[in-house]
Amino acid sequence: MKSKLNLDSGVIESARSCAGRIAASMQEFIDRHTTVSTERTVLRLLGVDGVDDVETPLPNVVIDQIKDAGGLPRGAAYWVGNAMIQTGLSPQKIAEKMADGQLDITKLPLASPKEAEEKIMPEVHAALGKIKEQTAKRENYLNTIGEGRKPYLYVIVATGNIYEDVVQAQAAARQGADIIAVIRTTAQSLLDYVPYGPTTEGFGGTYATQENFRIMRKALDEVGEEVGRYIRLCNYSSGMCMPEIAAMGALERLDVMLNDALYGILFRDINMQRTLVDQFFSRVIIGYCGSMFNSGEDNYLTTDDAYEAAHTVLASQFINEQFAVLANIKEEQMGLGHAFEMDPDIENGFLYELSQAIMAREIFPKASLKYMPPTKFMTGNIFKGQIQDALFNLVSVWSGQSLQLLGMLTEAIHTPHMHDRYLSIENASYIFNNARDIGSEVEFREGGIIQRRAQHVLAEADKLLHEIEEESLFSTIEQGKFGGVKRPRDGGKGLEGVCVKDDEYFNPFIPLMMGGAK
Amino acid sequence: MTQTAVAKVDLTNVKPYGDTMNDGMMELAFTLPVPHGEEASEAAKILARKMGLDEPNVVYSKDMDSGFTFFVVYGKCQHTVDYTTIKVTKVEVDVMDRLECGQYIKDNIKRDVVIVGASTGTDAHTVGIDAIMNMKGFHGHFGLERYEGIEAINMGSQVPNEVLIEKAKAVGADAILVSQTVTQKDVHIQNLTNMVELLEAEGMRDKVILVCGGPRISHELAQELGYDAGFGSHTYAEHVASFVLTEIVNRGMI
Repeated sequence: MKSKLNLDSGVIESARSCAGRIAASMQEFIDRHTTVSTERTVLRLLGVDGVDDVETPLPNVVIDQIKDAGGLPRGAAYWVGNAMIQTGLSPQKIAEKMADGQLDITKLPLASPKEAEEKIMPEVHAALGKIKEQTAKRENYLNTIGEGRKPYLYVIVATGNIYEDVVQAQAAARQGADIIAVIRTTAQSLLDYVPYGPTTEGFGGTYATQENFRIMRKALDEVGEEVGRYIRLCNYSSGMCMPEIAAMGALERLDVMLNDALYGILFRDINMQRTLVDQFFSRVIIGYCGSMFNSGEDNYLTTDDAYEAAHTVLASQFINEQFAVLANIKEEQMGLGHAFEMDPDIENGFLYELSQAIMAREIFPKASLKYMPPTKFMTGNIFKGQIQDALFNLVSVWSGQSLQLLGMLTEAIHTPHMHDRYLSIENASYIFNNARDIGSEVEFREGGIIQRRAQHVLAEADKLLHEIEEESLFSTIEQGKFGGVKRPRDGGKGLEGVCVKDDEYFNPFIPLMMGGAK
Repeated sequence: MTQTAVAKVDLTNVKPYGDTMNDGMMELAFTLPVPHGEEASEAAKILARKMGLDEPNVVYSKDMDSGFTFFVVYGKCQHTVDYTTIKVTKVEVDVMDRLECGQYIKDNIKRDVVIVGASTGTDAHTVGIDAIMNMKGFHGHFGLERYEGIEAINMGSQVPNEVLIEKAKAVGADAILVSQTVTQKDVHIQNLTNMVELLEAEGMRDKVILVCGGPRISHELAQELGYDAGFGSHTYAEHVASFVLTEIVNRGMI
């Protein structure tokens, strides 16, 4: 396809290969390390679930004991496989006994790693089978009842109460939404455990728990069958428990998961070593289960200037793409993020936004681009807000975005009310329908404002990527080049949960999920 | 005396204005948890009348979902307000711009002023504190980091009150800025109150200028909670800086 923006494919190739080298050098670091959350994920996939008598999740009980005994570098799979050999119990029973103080799995006789791995393999295949069942169920829905047209209408629910969320989510689906994201309660990203069971209390959102996932999945399947459209469910595989939530999401058929180490580092002050290691396993799981990940580049534009920092978004998208390639994720599953966040007072701002949105589409032609609405310059003037969202919707249909996170006219006032969501879906549906083929009809003036803007942003992104390659990603983040936020390599939360693997370490899920790709 | 073409406003009896003085015109938008239909529209009208709107007119209604209906309603407000007796608690300070603030420090304080800020508690939003403190500021209003004579330390989001106080102690802060964006279930009130209690327990409350800000914060609320000032929407770094610097001089914290 000819570039409407006259982008130089040589520059795109230069930026992409540079990002590939950056990701590969990070991967060397990632491959040498594991984390408490990565190991808890192994347990969750092996079926360990539930809490002890003080509400500590069993995966935490087990991993904390292993870590305290200095066994983390060997990995949970070895310890559980060995305990299965020595006790004849299932992983869940082993965890329960550990919680009751009846078993210390690091004090048992030690089988060889090979024996432990063989012992655990049936459990591993059972877990993969459960995930495959969910993937097949999604496929079946898509082949029978079908799905909405792209850009998918993506709305959030955030009541704090999962049962209230269900009411709002089903209403939104009936009004036309294609994707429902359940916003998490504020600060869950910093919890080093995943809460358990159904929850009805939260601030600005609802706890991500496996039971809450199950409740919402069932509700969306019901309403999907009713409206004749598969309704996708989104939650957050991010924060301190990134891969655990990916595993829960794979088991409960989440379709979209927000997943971006850079976001956690910059905006939640999570330690960069911890979350980059966690991100790898979570992306392997996401790739395997056929859901989509969403990266959080849009957030750079809320802390940095959306016009000045546009190239940081593109550079980060390139890096996120390459991290995803290393986790064997298909392009269609890459929900790379960007946003419509320029100051509405900028002359020709609409042209720049349009240029950048088309640029993202041309550079990542198959990706499921996630386009985020204006938030920073939403003022409480709901009437103007509705127009800002209309311009955003027009850019989206024009540039062929995949996931349209709908703007709310009441952004900056409160989490959406039922009719806010309706007005927003109506706005997007009207514009998408009314301007459906504008993208294939309109071409741009050679050397005009729109072409030059995209060429400039691409060139700047390429330059930034080469600087990052020179200095390494870690030190780039330390210098505050993304989002204008500086984070030290050893700072932030969660570094104590990272360790170097020993020579006998194994995680049986990674090679199987990657299908021999690694 | 010639008659004026338009009625003049009576400030002791103010009513909403649509296109004619005292027409009382207001528009409302809301959802009722009842199924769409004539009964639903009647319910919306009855509600509007109870709210003091004469001649309520349901100009639009829409089925939201089984059991919910959205309305746009117009009506003429019966109530009036005596504007002449209104008193609002406001931050009373002459606002200086960034350069004037720098000069004010040179002339009156003669040392660097230290300001520590954070979005505290569980609040993950940095947009407010960044707008006030970061170099770039917001919408053309540079943040405190760019002010000459001010050392601005932005600790970011989700900072426990205790940590913010520790930092303030360590750097000898003149002022502490607390940002609160999430206000669901009044979590900001609990958090702001807790901050004041901790400072009092530490014996620090009188030694610092304590300021809070956020889209739902008013000066009146701030004072009720024990803060020296509160800054809501449409206030920028210069407002906060002018207040803090003037307070430093007024309190003799030089």
